[in-house]
Amino acid sequence: MKNAFGEPQSLLLVGGASEIAMATAMRLVRRRVHRVILAGRPSPARDAAAVRLAEAGATVETADFDAFRVEEHAKVIGDVFATGDVDVALVACGLLGDTDLDPLKAADVAMVNYVGAMTAAIVCAEAMRRQTHGALVVFSSVSAGRPSPRDFLYASAKSGLDTFARGLAGALRGSGVHVMVVRPGFVRTKLTRGVTPPAFATSPETVAGAILDGLRAKTQVVWVPGILGQLMRLPGSLIRRITG
Amino acid sequence: MANKTILTGWGRTSPSVAELLRPEAEAELASLVLAPGGRGVIARGLGRSYGDPAQNAGGMVLDMTALAAIGPVRDGYVTVEAGVSLHRLMRELVPEGWVPPVIPATRQVTVGGAIAADIHGRNHHADGSFGRHVTALDLLGPDGVTRTLTHDDPDFWATVGGMGLTGVITKATIRLLPIETSRMIVNTWKCRDLDAVMARLAEADVAHRYTAAWLDCLSPQGRGVVEGADHARQGAARSFRARPFEASPGFLPVGLLNRHTMGLVNRGLFVTAKRQSVQVRPLASFFHPLDRVGHWNRFYGPRGLVQYQFVLPLGAEQTLVKIVERIRRSHAASFQTVLKRFGPGSGGWLSFPTPGWSLALDFPTTTKGLAWLLDRLDEAVAEAGGRVYLAKDSRLRPELLPVMYPGLAAFRERRRELDPRLVFQSDLARRLSL
Repeated sequence: MKNAFGEPQSLLLVGGASEIAMATAMRLVRRRVHRVILAGRPSPARDAAAVRLAEAGATVETADFDAFRVEEHAKVIGDVFATGDVDVALVACGLLGDTDLDPLKAADVAMVNYVGAMTAAIVCAEAMRRQTHGALVVFSSVSAGRPSPRDFLYASAKSGLDTFARGLAGALRGSGVHVMVVRPGFVRTKLTRGVTPPAFATSPETVAGAILDGLRAKTQVVWVPGILGQLMRLPGSLIRRITG
Repeated sequence: MANKTILTGWGRTSPSVAELLRPEAEAELASLVLAPGGRGVIARGLGRSYGDPAQNAGGMVLDMTALAAIGPVRDGYVTVEAGVSLHRLMRELVPEGWVPPVIPATRQVTVGGAIAADIHGRNHHADGSFGRHVTALDLLGPDGVTRTLTHDDPDFWATVGGMGLTGVITKATIRLLPIETSRMIVNTWKCRDLDAVMARLAEADVAHRYTAAWLDCLSPQGRGVVEGADHARQGAARSFRARPFEASPGFLPVGLLNRHTMGLVNRGLFVTAKRQSVQVRPLASFFHPLDRVGHWNRFYGPRGLVQYQFVLPLGAEQTLVKIVERIRRSHAASFQTVLKRFGPGSGGWLSFPTPGWSLALDFPTTTKGLAWLLDRLDEAVAEAGGRVYLAKDSRLRPELLPVMYPGLAAFRERRRELDPRLVFQSDLARRLSL
């Protein structure tokens, strides 16, 4: 349950511990979150994330979640909610696409970024609707709906997820559940090291800060940095030139 | 959910949605408890707990106020249904020469709530908390069966202060206090600093049944006014005329209560108080000045207020002084700051009062840095062996609860034995993992 200051106490990370998800989790743990559930594939990265969060003072649980295995999502996430209310769930399944058009690889990108993220979000939303409270944070991207030759597979999947999440927010209106779509621009992480960052590049810490602000204010769509929301009024081709 | 209702505590923070039902007979109550749905049930009285103990997000909340019968007084004992308010009890019993054994700062609480929170009043040093004067109570369990519990049953002490999580209290037998008149003789002393307030309060405890001090916590010295009172023995007849609410403000400007207005009001109250006085006052005016203003909590604006009450053991006076100083330096303004010395505890496992110094404060939720400040105060309180009051809490860090309440482990274990499916659930229970 959130406390009188609206601070969440439990957090579910779906899709593993990306740098952005971890930066957000660490900030929340430093405030009031004391139960964190890492739902992702068993991996050294998941173990390392669990250790970091536990060192920060959280009680960490893990759940074996695989974005590809959509038939398991209801059970895996359902079990998490059955052991206690979840105040915030971050759906952060992500897989960057290639530029070569391999149909199977393209299917993987769509499965992880769109289908798996969507089914996980549906299960979380339904459980939160039953508990009549909770915030569901869905990671989209500034590239959703604005394809470039370099990442249009990824962008198309994120577009689907983005549209779904905004629709879900409307469907859950009045239920007590807050759905928030996060659209970061280019984020400097280990994965993007070596790539020259375009204008308005941001960092995992900044995204995490924006997510916390959005949770407090119950924002529906969060752009990071915020100015991107203003820029989106410009023609798409121009935006892609600015944000890379 | 059929009757979806948004509920909050008196502090109006953390609203949550539940199905609110008002059973009118015990059989109906039992049938509701037997069909708790996936999110459980909790009993609710008049909603005067400040935080979230009478809320149950996504579940059922049972409004107990229809079950409010008052039995005849026999040898100073009365058996009542749990939904009866202390207001009604006083209206009925004062003319007959009785008052409830413990009178909190509002009459708008039910007997069930008074037991579940094991409330205290200004006579705690002399008479202890409410639970001590309850000789028997009926508890409806998750199986729909009602048991009568007395002091010999450990479940009685799990229920006194148990925040409604051991079952629904349906009836209680209470030992009343006889009075000869409905007037109070009230002694007042103005004290120029916190040391003087504490010394005067300790002296007043020896001589008077009801004592408390009001602190001007924005003043650098921690000055205040101490009151010591007793029931008047002779003179006026017994009557009780207070209405439940005498005025209820409609529209209120946001931010009416802020540091500056509160400072002004507190300073005014101190300056106008007589250095020392003795007055005769009616019961209601002495015990419940705030009950005259219905919904005074709305003065704090739409974000509500956060109450903070803690008790420190005797010997931890230095911690108390440091906390008062820390609050003053933080510029967080508390409108009503009340200091009281507690006597021995009741024996309730999660009962709040323990011997020592209790300080109650209230802050507008929007006070800058309040969440951080109260976290630091929690740490100081826990370190000194003190605790915060669950009926007022809305934001405690759950990890600190076992440190503050040594009875918590036993309570958790017994709750799960009595109610393995955790039918009795509240937002408080979820927030603090009770």
